Amino acid sequence: MPNKPTTVLDARALDRTLRRMADQIVELNAGTDNLVIVGIQRRGVQLAERIVRIIESQEKVTVASGALDITLYRDDLQTVGPRPVVGATSLPWALDDQRVVIVDDVLYTGRTVRAALDELADFGRPSRIALAVLIDRGGRELPIHADIVGRRIDVAAGQRVDVFIEELDGRDEVEIASRDEEG
Amino acid sequence: MAGPLGKDLLGLAPLSADQIRLVLDTAVPFREISERAIKKVPTLRGATIVNLFFEASTRTRISFEFAEKRLSADTVNVASAGSSVSKGETLVDTARNLEAMKIDMVVVRHGGSGAAKFLAERIESNVVNAGDGTNEHPTQGLLDMLTLRDRFGDLAGKRICIVGDVLHSRVARSNIWGLTKLGAQVAVCGPRSLLPNAIEQMGVTVFNRIEEAIEWADALNVLRLQLERMQAGYIPSLREYNRVFGVTSARLEKASRDLLILHPGPMNRGVEIDSDVADGPHSVILDQVTNGVAVRMAVLYLLAGGKPELAEAAKKGVA
Repeated sequence: MPNKPTTVLDARALDRTLRRMADQIVELNAGTDNLVIVGIQRRGVQLAERIVRIIESQEKVTVASGALDITLYRDDLQTVGPRPVVGATSLPWALDDQRVVIVDDVLYTGRTVRAALDELADFGRPSRIALAVLIDRGGRELPIHADIVGRRIDVAAGQRVDVFIEELDGRDEVEIASRDEEG
Repeated sequence: MAGPLGKDLLGLAPLSADQIRLVLDTAVPFREISERAIKKVPTLRGATIVNLFFEASTRTRISFEFAEKRLSADTVNVASAGSSVSKGETLVDTARNLEAMKIDMVVVRHGGSGAAKFLAERIESNVVNAGDGTNEHPTQGLLDMLTLRDRFGDLAGKRICIVGDVLHSRVARSNIWGLTKLGAQVAVCGPRSLLPNAIEQMGVTVFNRIEEAIEWADALNVLRLQLERMQAGYIPSLREYNRVFGVTSARLEKASRDLLILHPGPMNRGVEIDSDVADGPHSVILDQVTNGVAVRMAVLYLLAGGKPELAEAAKKGVA
């Protein structure tokens, strides 16, 4: 019988984590000038929007933001077949000389981030690209690391990290579950 | 392992409503790629697609070629004139020879109804029907539906009338199959000589007068009068056709403001449609062209994938 999922972050901890990440993003970029925060579809987009709201409220500025769908940049179409529906990519037109922060929910193999970097390169040449992830679960297959990490956890290969977001799932929570359990 | 549309796209008759919706939903984000400064994604990098056009077609071929190139596929165009086909080689021989050169997909346009299915049953590559005889032109049907859906949202209950040479039109058949599957009400309007016998059995209403069709419809899909076939005396004259069935601005004065005018092109201006209608506020003809590239990108994307042996070979460095 599979074990019950373990809660890594509850709603309050998740909110605190995002506030800390927002502070770190401002610190890393020495302010908010030329800052663009881009979420990776799907849950990265909601997390990025929350971080943008936190920064805007704390710094009293407007922060440019966008969404990135990396489906068409994946390197495994031949293996897994097409995703049912491709999500939307919407970015500010000129990324040239901007300081872009990519936001995603979980960093695992690094292949999603590689695809995101490829896609961003088609939209311009930012002066700097940083990566912020809510959870770094290890298990990298590519030489990619995050600049800002909400929580670093060790997760066995047979386990999965589920990020639940109020906007999509009706609750804020991060859990570790066995792969055979329904998320 | 085949993608969500199966191995081939031969027509809209074999597709379910859900599969049609999937193509339309997938096409929407593909439109954004054509708006970018770099109009290209690497999705089909390494795939080779042959456009096998046994019938002349500029816009469909170019639309497919744009779609293929924007997905980073390698493309080869083969036209029957000047190829081995003009020396008597068969469709299957041509395709098998191309397949022996390790291609992944074939986009085929052919004058014979059923040619795409015939080919698909005999080769391993994915086959996309780009128009076969008077049978189907599925990507045109899909782009028409995407254009209508952009304006109307849900197509259920919407009233679409196909006007003109339905008899010779593969576009009409794909439209009828697709639109009825999505719950639209479909009608046809044209001279009886240009409507197939027993067309009502496809679940469509027949209007004999264009004025009635305009009053009834939310959208008119105006078909090209296939002048090359008109020698057989289907209609008395082009002038008379325009006088009786032409979509003119005078007739549209009585139409609702929201009536949409579609045309798959190329247009015979002044015959089935007047210039001021084709370029007027009701017209969504250029939207159809834009949507054509997006729909074809979606189809190629949904047919691709699902070949694990290629991924394995790539990982071992032999592909």
